[in-house]
Amino acid sequence: MDINFIFLKFVYAAIVVSVIMGLCSYAVLAERKISSWIQGRVGPNRTSLPLVGLIPVLGPFLTRLGVFQPVPDGLKFLFKEDVVPGHVNKFYFIMAPVISLVPALTTVVVVPFGRIVTEAGEVVPLVLANVNVGLLFLFAISSLSVYGIVLAGWSSNSKYPFLGGIRASAQMISYELAMGVSVLPILMWVNHPGSKGTLNLFDIAQAQNGFWFAMWMPLSAIIFLICLFAETNRLPFDMAESETELVSGFHTEYSSFKFGLFFVGEYAHMVIGSCVFTLLFLGGWNPLPFVTIDMLGWGAGYIGAALSVAIFLGKMCGMMFFFMWIRWTLPRFRYDQVMKLGWKVLLPLSIANLIAYVFIIYYLETSL
Amino acid sequence: MTDIFFYIFSITALACAFGVVFSRNTVNGAMCLIGTFLSMAALFVLLEAYFLAVVQVLVYAGAVMVLFLFIIMLLDVKEAAARKTSIYTWAASLIGFGIMIVGVVAINSAESIKTKAANLPVAEGVNLKAFGYELFTTYLLPMQVTGFLLLIAMVGVIALSKKANTP
Repeated sequence: MDINFIFLKFVYAAIVVSVIMGLCSYAVLAERKISSWIQGRVGPNRTSLPLVGLIPVLGPFLTRLGVFQPVPDGLKFLFKEDVVPGHVNKFYFIMAPVISLVPALTTVVVVPFGRIVTEAGEVVPLVLANVNVGLLFLFAISSLSVYGIVLAGWSSNSKYPFLGGIRASAQMISYELAMGVSVLPILMWVNHPGSKGTLNLFDIAQAQNGFWFAMWMPLSAIIFLICLFAETNRLPFDMAESETELVSGFHTEYSSFKFGLFFVGEYAHMVIGSCVFTLLFLGGWNPLPFVTIDMLGWGAGYIGAALSVAIFLGKMCGMMFFFMWIRWTLPRFRYDQVMKLGWKVLLPLSIANLIAYVFIIYYLETSL
Repeated sequence: MTDIFFYIFSITALACAFGVVFSRNTVNGAMCLIGTFLSMAALFVLLEAYFLAVVQVLVYAGAVMVLFLFIIMLLDVKEAAARKTSIYTWAASLIGFGIMIVGVVAINSAESIKTKAANLPVAEGVNLKAFGYELFTTYLLPMQVTGFLLLIAMVGVIALSKKANTP
């Protein structure tokens, strides 16, 4: 392992992380805009940069779209006064925001965001680390992010954050089970007898040249999507926050940049969640079911690679829009409803789904 | 390179393990235990047992310890006061320590351990498929016994948590 290789990996990682952070900041803007459109408002339309805002037609147009809004939003988090209340456990209070953001950024490592055909005709994923156990790695690391919320709730040492932390941990444990079971049919299908045996996200996406898995395993897709909402703590599952009951849940005592980290962490989880859903169920970078980029004749070289990344990012942005759409459409569940849905509906349903697909896949493999 | 990582993660694993034993605050103890699990997962990665490493994080750090922390927070365990250790505890820990020393010496002096890395057989746990295949053929009985043990524990919990006078 020479030093150049390590340096290059560092550069790649920095690029990917900065892209994800940029996506997060613009996801915040998108959230504000979409919420305002859904509620019949205009949304952020005043912020403009000194020189760019003065360009005749383009400047006012971009300003009205709110394109410059993320800049002051970010600066606001940086420059506001950082209050650490006297009654908190300082060490965990400061650690918690970091712990909630780091797993989200770590999972990016195994997420492939495109593919490239090399000179030799090999199809290679565009990914930081192409590991065999990619999907499990992703589940493992993202299951650590609950500690950020739990520790924030506990270390704040006051009632509402504590309740938020307790709720969040119970919710995330409950939905992790159903989430894990719901993807098993996909893994069975991808690892049919005679294949090399893989949990690699790239291979799973490449296996969707024909049917996308959302089409032929719709129940898995729906269960996974619901669990994804619960795991990212988005409405209708934002038990950890629930402003109307718990002030703002686990981050009630947080201010300024520490709150900003939680905020970015939530969006980073959303970005990763959308990526994973796209890879597992929406065919990755295949433009349409039964149509691949290669069939269209643009698959080779850098153009094909750029096209695959563009298609993937497009699908991911669609998923992000879906997340926001749901948030501003559905009301929040009650806590007991969340628990009932997780344990009494989704878990049995996902197990039944798994057993059904065992028989279906067995039938398809043996008789066809 | 690998050696440096091995030393780093061994040291953190040991330090966190000491933290678990010596911390009086239960939350500190739980967090140290998570640190130990994570460093052990890193050691598994260095041994190229990727599946084991990932499962270690997924099951222990991601699920079991969340439940631990959940219970600690729910019961609101106060910091344990400094207690005088009884003579039995001392004796038991000394005997345990002695047995551990004997075990380490026995393992280190065994001739079969001292093979060169090149002569070692290929580990079956490297490839995911090989891992699953071995688990459901060669090691089927141990796996089922373990599963049965967990089932017993689960039935026990349900029996204990159920109220006595339910019809």
